[in-house]
Amino acid sequence: MELALAQETVARWQFGITTVYHFLFVPLTISLAFLVAGLQTAWVRTGKDKYFKATRFWGKLFLINVAMGVATGIVQEFQFGMNWSAYSKFVGDVFGAPLAMEALLAFFFESTFIGLWIFGWDKLPRKIHLACIWLVAIGTFLSAYFILAANSWMQHPVGYEVNEVTGRAELNDIAAVLFQKTTLVVVFHTLTATFLTGGAFMIGIAAYQLRRASKATKPDTPGRIAAMRTSLRLGLVTVVIAGLGTAVSGDALAKVMYEQQPMKMAAAEALWETEESAPFSLFAYGDVDEGRNTVEVEIPGVLSYLAKGDFTSAVPGINTVEALERAKYGDLADDYKPSIPTAYWSFRWMIGFGMVSFAIGLAGLWLTRRKRWLTADKRRGEDEIPLLMLTPNRELGPTLNTWAWRLAVLTMGFPLVANSFGWIFTEMGRQPWSVYGLMTTADAVSPSVSVAEQITSLSVFTALYAVLAVVEVRLLVKYAKAGPVDELPPPEVPSLRGPAADEDTDRPMTFAY
Amino acid sequence: MELHDAWFALIAVLWIGYFFLEGFDFGIGILTKLLARGEAERRVLINTVGPVWDGNEVWLLTAGGATFAAFPVWYATLFSGFYLPLLAILVCLIVRVVAFEYRGKRDDAQWKRNWEHALFWTSLLPAFLWGVAFANIVHGVKIDAEGEYAGTVLDLLNPYALFGGLVTLTLFTFHGAVFAALKTRGDIRDRARTLAGRSGLATAGLALVFLLWTQGSGGNVRSLVALVLTVVALLGALAANQRAREGWAFALSGVTVAGAVAMLFLALYPDVMPSSLNTAWSLTVSNASSSTYTLTVMTWVAAIMTPVVLLYQGWTYWVFRKRIGVEHIPAA
Ligand code: HDD
Ligand code: HEM
Ligand code: HEM
Repeated sequence: MELALAQETVARWQFGITTVYHFLFVPLTISLAFLVAGLQTAWVRTGKDKYFKATRFWGKLFLINVAMGVATGIVQEFQFGMNWSAYSKFVGDVFGAPLAMEALLAFFFESTFIGLWIFGWDKLPRKIHLACIWLVAIGTFLSAYFILAANSWMQHPVGYEVNEVTGRAELNDIAAVLFQKTTLVVVFHTLTATFLTGGAFMIGIAAYQLRRASKATKPDTPGRIAAMRTSLRLGLVTVVIAGLGTAVSGDALAKVMYEQQPMKMAAAEALWETEESAPFSLFAYGDVDEGRNTVEVEIPGVLSYLAKGDFTSAVPGINTVEALERAKYGDLADDYKPSIPTAYWSFRWMIGFGMVSFAIGLAGLWLTRRKRWLTADKRRGEDEIPLLMLTPNRELGPTLNTWAWRLAVLTMGFPLVANSFGWIFTEMGRQPWSVYGLMTTADAVSPSVSVAEQITSLSVFTALYAVLAVVEVRLLVKYAKAGPVDELPPPEVPSLRGPAADEDTDRPMTFAY
Repeated sequence: MELHDAWFALIAVLWIGYFFLEGFDFGIGILTKLLARGEAERRVLINTVGPVWDGNEVWLLTAGGATFAAFPVWYATLFSGFYLPLLAILVCLIVRVVAFEYRGKRDDAQWKRNWEHALFWTSLLPAFLWGVAFANIVHGVKIDAEGEYAGTVLDLLNPYALFGGLVTLTLFTFHGAVFAALKTRGDIRDRARTLAGRSGLATAGLALVFLLWTQGSGGNVRSLVALVLTVVALLGALAANQRAREGWAFALSGVTVAGAVAMLFLALYPDVMPSSLNTAWSLTVSNASSSTYTLTVMTWVAAIMTPVVLLYQGWTYWVFRKRIGVEHIPAA
């Protein structure tokens, strides 16, 4: 028991650390792929230099980020087998299928076309080169879809039957796994959160660039400011739309979860007893052993709305659900409650951090509307340095103005934090289950792996990831600070065969490692 | 033939694809130290695989994912049993991705040198460890009645397995050198050919012993055919390399890799992981596989997607078909 406990703990820590870390890169990869594809489309269609510069600039940051996404994803593919072999045996029949599809449909797409995109600037006709980045973007979407379908199955298993002889879960309806409501809503929510992340990233860096340009004493080279101005607006619009989408889909997800995992949502609200017209808790401090809160600040009725769509319905409380689950599952697990404080606070921090970015986006969009952010004499040229955050006649004032800029830069980090807490909430809120109602986390670990081996891998990954984080952040900062590079677009390649005369010239490759 | 037999074959194909493709980019990683002289040549070498190494690596992810879906018990036992070697491989693959992508991102000699060391070691170590892992699979490991690995990490480092590691290491170095000769021009191309000749001879010696050892300890008629094919292809590759027929040399070194992997899988079948404790405890294609329904679904997916993947990956190689020389490398 001792040993099993230690094993479970170490394996959970490793999964938590490696997965949350992976998911720092994933949202940026997905959203930037689409945003860069959009910018490049604008360039191919209009030929405007500012779009070219923006494409190349965000493309470079995108690639630095993708490298880490790919590197950390490799571990994910294998750690189910390493640390969770009992789990893998039990569910592989169902769970392996979406994972294999992800590799076959999504990873090949992403990795192949990203190579073509990086190295193909001067080798492919423009439209085909553009198609490559769109295919990468579609690949990231597919990748997210399949893995989320797998994860949703752990949250709400469907389309399977447990084989009495082998004791393994067997798939009997793949469509149910791929298209169940949980999957669809989770994909919607995760993708909108993803765009919130990418949009905020753009706002932060573009704001940094523009702020610096506004303070510089000598004028910038042409096109760089225009590229950053466009990026800022693009980021703002993205954040506002995605922020709305996250809230709408999050609400839908909460309703699904009340239906499927009432314990998770009760924990998210620290709602101990079933209540009619249940309130939404803003702050709670309680005693987990006694099963009640000692301090509470709440808004009446809102929780009922979140769960059921009206202000009066009864919402089941933790103690109620616990009794129900114990009656249903007996003593499969010692305790059917997840960590209540973790669920409660991670839920709030997810919403809080994410929505702050949304609010900042909304304010920014207002302040920069109809080029009001430029003084009247500067509304025409593309390269004037905008006096950002200034409305035509009423300035925000120097202090407010400075803070507006700082906030714009800071907003970059908030959705990343929100995403992490969203996953911590989702996964820890499901405890003690690994597959809800079917397999507990304690039963899922590898019986043959020693705690020493697990501690080795946990330490190695943690240390390696820490080092790589430093390297990657430094690189990002370096390129973000440098801003768009002054360069000419590559020459047009007329056909897929490449420029005939060029086959053997010694022209240097323009874009290489 | 049942569906799980077909999936055994498909998984063999995925591993063949992986070792064929990543084999030469491991080789290129190793050659950055053995072959390249100076910064420009190192960049030439790295750029020969630049657009493709990421796609090559996905063959491994697909092999892993397909094993999970089609043979969950195999996936679970293999990766929990080979825990520490797999950990080492994963660490290498992680660092390697980053080394490829970040090496050129700073104009700083020390930075570049660090990533070159990283690229070399993280190519060399997996090239060796994959051989160790596969030799152990074929040879059989201590699997208990519950289908769990019951040995220790030291059991995995037996002489036969270490020998297998040496074979893959030299084979991938050879395969990489042949690829380098095919994709570069100028001085480096000639030196790549010379190196290919030497590493090819070393491979031939080691591989012959290892494959005969395998054949002797658990081979059958089919694996013998694969063995002969492998050896013939390897000699052919050496001869073609000698005559500077680089296209042929590469095709044949590819057949060598494919033949060797095929031979291991043929010697393995119908087991997927034989138990050295009791043959009744071995994992086999039938007791480790998924339900027929899952296999059917996955067969449809694989039947549609595999040709598509081959098509667009092939196209990538065609787009970047030109040789690269130092004169193509822009000044930093
Ligand atoms: C920027 C990030 C972000 C923001 C602002 C929000 N979420 Fe979220 N949320 C996530 C990022 C996220 C996530 C990381 O993407 C999760 C983890 C798993 C998932 O599907 O999405 C998640 C999970 C998640 C779950 C758990 C689902 C499960 O267990 O499968 C619920 C109920 C909500 N969210 C609800 C909300 C609500 C009501 C929000 C109010 C506006 C909200 N989220 C904002
Ligand atoms: C990328 C997004 C994800 C994040 C950030 C995430 C986060 C976490 C965290 C923090 C834990 C630790 C829970 C605890 O200690 O209580 C965990 C556990 C786990 N998650 Fe997730 N998860 C993600 C996606 C997935 C997906 C897609 C799967 C399945 C395909 C999955 C499967 C698991 C498993 C098997 C465990 C270990 C068992 C457990 O503790 O429940 N996770 N995850
Ligand atoms: C624990 C479950 C997970 C596993 C097994 C997993 C596996 C992987 C692997 C192997 C890669 C590298 C692919 C490559 O080499 O191209 C990767 C990258 C990626 N993953 Fe994850 N992942 C997990 C969680 C997630 C989640 C929850 C999402 C999205 C919602 C996600 C989205 C992506 C995306 C978009 C990439 C693309 C990175 C890239 O190629 O740039 N992953 N993942």
